[in-house]
Amino acid sequence: MPNIPPQFGIFLFIVAAAVLPLVFASGYQTFQLTMVVIYALSVLGKNLVTGFGGQVSLGQGAFYAVGAYTAAVLMDQWDVPYWATLPIAAITSGLVGLMLGLPALRLGGLYLALVTFALAISVPQLLKYKAFEGWTGGVQGIVVSKPDAPFNLPISSDSWIYLFSLAVGVVFFLAITNLVNSRIGRALKAIRDQPLAAEAMGVELARYKTLTFGVGAMVTGIGGALSAIAVGFVSPDSFTIALSLTLFVGMVVGGASSISGAIYGALFIQFIPNIAEEISKAIPGVVYGVILIAVMFFAPGGLAGVIANQLRRLRAARVVGTGRAPS
Amino acid sequence: MVAAPMAGALMRVDGVEMRFGGIVALAGVSFDVGHREICGLIGPNGSGKTTMFNCISGFYRYTVGDISFEGTSLKGLPRHRMIELGIGRTFQNVALFRSMTVRDNMLVGYHFRGHTGFLANALRLPATRREEAEAGRRADELIDLLELRDQANLPVGGLPFGWQKRVELGRALIAGPRILLLDEPAAGLNHGEVDELGELIKRLRAHFDLSILLVEHHMSLVMRVSDRVVALEFGRKIADGTPDQVQRDPEVIRAYLGDGDEAPHG
Ligand SMILES: Nc1ncnc2c1ncn2[C@@H]1O[C@H](COP(=O)(O)OP(=O)(O)OP(=O)(O)O)[C@@H](O)[C@H]1O
Ligand SMILES: [Mg+2]
Repeated sequence: MPNIPPQFGIFLFIVAAAVLPLVFASGYQTFQLTMVVIYALSVLGKNLVTGFGGQVSLGQGAFYAVGAYTAAVLMDQWDVPYWATLPIAAITSGLVGLMLGLPALRLGGLYLALVTFALAISVPQLLKYKAFEGWTGGVQGIVVSKPDAPFNLPISSDSWIYLFSLAVGVVFFLAITNLVNSRIGRALKAIRDQPLAAEAMGVELARYKTLTFGVGAMVTGIGGALSAIAVGFVSPDSFTIALSLTLFVGMVVGGASSISGAIYGALFIQFIPNIAEEISKAIPGVVYGVILIAVMFFAPGGLAGVIANQLRRLRAARVVGTGRAPS
Repeated sequence: MVAAPMAGALMRVDGVEMRFGGIVALAGVSFDVGHREICGLIGPNGSGKTTMFNCISGFYRYTVGDISFEGTSLKGLPRHRMIELGIGRTFQNVALFRSMTVRDNMLVGYHFRGHTGFLANALRLPATRREEAEAGRRADELIDLLELRDQANLPVGGLPFGWQKRVELGRALIAGPRILLLDEPAAGLNHGEVDELGELIKRLRAHFDLSILLVEHHMSLVMRVSDRVVALEFGRKIADGTPDQVQRDPEVIRAYLGDGDEAPHG
């Protein structure tokens, strides 16, 4: 059997993720998959900050909201094309993250969690605030029209938005994977594991913590901007603290210090609430809670760890078959 | 006490005083470490040896006294600058990055040599690959030198204590320090391994052309490898001289016998 490099598996996965839904998924299912991509990006930003950077943020939803509103306001007020809103949303959410990253240096652990929590609580109220109403649309929010496929491509608007989101998602997943496996990623993990020794090795804690917070916020903000495009609507009530907690669940369920974990976490937060609803219309929250506890029981380090183990076992079995020792 | 004033010492500790509340951990300690010198730093438990390391590497902020390295004061410098000046260290209780592999731990020791930032690494620009290749070569050299080849890709947290100490040594060495601060490198080693460590320490000095400040309770090791030994007791320097001189110093003998600790005679 030829030796298949892992990159090839990732390539196949991307192609399948792009093509299969176009053929088999309904419009609504395609929309759901778009949301999975968006959540995956948003959870990825959170993993970078918390899983790799070791800083607990309970308010990641705030950056998502900043990204979403940036995109919506730009499209609504200045007719900026949807794709051009992404870089600007990246900048605004990244800047908000940087501004929050500064106190992140001084405040350790639980205090940082509280500050980000406070941010997440205040965001919906700021969005409703009268002074900003001219831009934000106040309680009403902003409706934006969904983009059609360009170049007369024979696919629906939903399918196009899915492909567009997927492309953005792939780019950022690859970039963050590179980052995590680089000297920067090693420095982040070093800070998380042993901050004093990291400093003795020349890692400037303040700089890395702040920048990580900013990059994490930016990635989540891009997720938010895509959500404004995909949903075609933003309103303050879409960005309550519940969103931050949802992203938190996605991070923990998937595996905080893992890249692929963001995808599993996103699948969980997108589909498990619906499944819980189908199992019991009366007490979906309880069903959801039970499923959550069950997952954490069987995959205490997150789904990514369990799935990686299974894949390794599969591969080892195949390697043994060819007479090579498993490593 | 001898302590000939050394012209052009590599590092000079001058009257350093460090207090924690009421405790005087260092009461005005002075000594020099010369170029390519192996200097032993001994003393009973709690005499201030680790505190001295922490003052040198900027973890503790002493108010009185000064520590200078190649003629420039280290006082008040940020901790992350020490490594680029050429000051490398290990920790008494091992402070490795537990979730990372042996190799990655060492690569962090080379972090300060890199210049590429977040964006360049996210995009894997050619500059990052060059840096990564160079760091990798250095790490592999040290992995060979320290005989860690078989463990290179294992998470360091699961290794026995003695090996972890060796990884820490590699992580400090990869930076190419001018002085290496070793805090009890022989802890947890058996007799034969202590002898090997002694040989290794001498070999490192020759190979990397560096000075070593060695904190150890293993007297035979200290006396065998050191050019000079400084002895502390209750934060005061009580002796400073050749191993022979320090072993015979009545103050040192009293400090150790009075404590019921291992006598300094090898
Ligand atoms: N961070 C600190 N806070 C309070 N007291 C400290 C601190 N660090 C050291 N000390 C005190 O300073 C004194 C010297 O401690 P130090 O760790 O330097 O001793 P040592 O010579 O390294 O001992 P050992 O051989 O046991 O490692 C001790 O009394 C210790 O309790
Ligand atoms: Mg000590």
